[in-house]
Amino acid sequence: MNNNISSFKKGIRDGIPIALGYFAVAFTLGIVARNSGISAPLSAIFSATCISSTGEYVGFTLIGEQAAYLEIAIMTLVANARYLLLSCALSQKFSPTMNFIHRFFIGIFVTDEIFGISISCKESLNPFYPYGAAAISVPAWAIGTALGVIMGNVLPANIVSALSVGIYGMFIAIIVPPAKENKIIAAFVVIAMIISYLSSRIPSIASISSGTRIIVITIVISSIAALLFPVKDKEGAGV
Amino acid sequence: MTHNIYIYLLIMAGVTYLIRVLPLTLIRKEITNTFIKSFLYYVPYITLAAMTFPAMMDATNSPIAGAVAFVFALILAWKGASLFVVSVLACLMVFVIELIPFIH
Repeated sequence: MNNNISSFKKGIRDGIPIALGYFAVAFTLGIVARNSGISAPLSAIFSATCISSTGEYVGFTLIGEQAAYLEIAIMTLVANARYLLLSCALSQKFSPTMNFIHRFFIGIFVTDEIFGISISCKESLNPFYPYGAAAISVPAWAIGTALGVIMGNVLPANIVSALSVGIYGMFIAIIVPPAKENKIIAAFVVIAMIISYLSSRIPSIASISSGTRIIVITIVISSIAALLFPVKDKEGAGV
Repeated sequence: MTHNIYIYLLIMAGVTYLIRVLPLTLIRKEITNTFIKSFLYYVPYITLAAMTFPAMMDATNSPIAGAVAFVFALILAWKGASLFVVSVLACLMVFVIELIPFIH
């Protein structure tokens, strides 16, 4: 019980930078929603239920074009397909004694960021840790979207610009410590960044959505890493 | 024919949730296959790395500010700074760099 409370509190604390980053990103997403004629309260509901920047961006754009339902369904699937991988990895982080029902709730919150901090936990994941992170970051995401609809371009551009790197700063703080310990991880992190950079700059590949590019890079490079450097028993699945 | 916005909402939220929840609920046991285990071991690092770079440079008004913040964050994380500290100082770095007039 105490363990759950302390995990929840830790989740809230680690969720603060996520919330800041979400707020900035959601704000710009709200501008897209506004352009598609979505009201502020409705945009907040979209954000609270989808919690996916790429998915919502694609969805809002298609709604603006009054796209077919099937088209929205397929594009939502494509834009969010990387969550399949993240959830597969996360499925290995739970203690066998954890109540199964938690899996349905955690499933709501598998975003890049909440996944990132959850997977970096040392032992098995206490579900209250992602709940804590979600408790602070999801409202920031929903409110940010609604404010983006209402205020449009009111927030100074340099503030939005500065806030927008918060999420990446966090990713770096997650990747670097294990990369410092493990040279194989470090090498593949560098390779992933180089290929990600090249794929975003080579014209014919850059036209593919960034979500799809990241899925392909993740699958290919992780497969190569797994073939060349299989992990031994104990350090296995789930970091 | 005009489309109902609430049906759009249901589709987007429903598809997104299924993608996230199906692996969590269908994969209930610990995976023993070495390749899959190793693959999932590397996935988080590789996907976060690919998501961070070059997106961090593209997110800011000035790519230079994003690049400086990227290197700055790497150094801070290497020195053992916490998630929150790395994140906030990276934001601050972008803000400061973009105050320099000729960087845009």
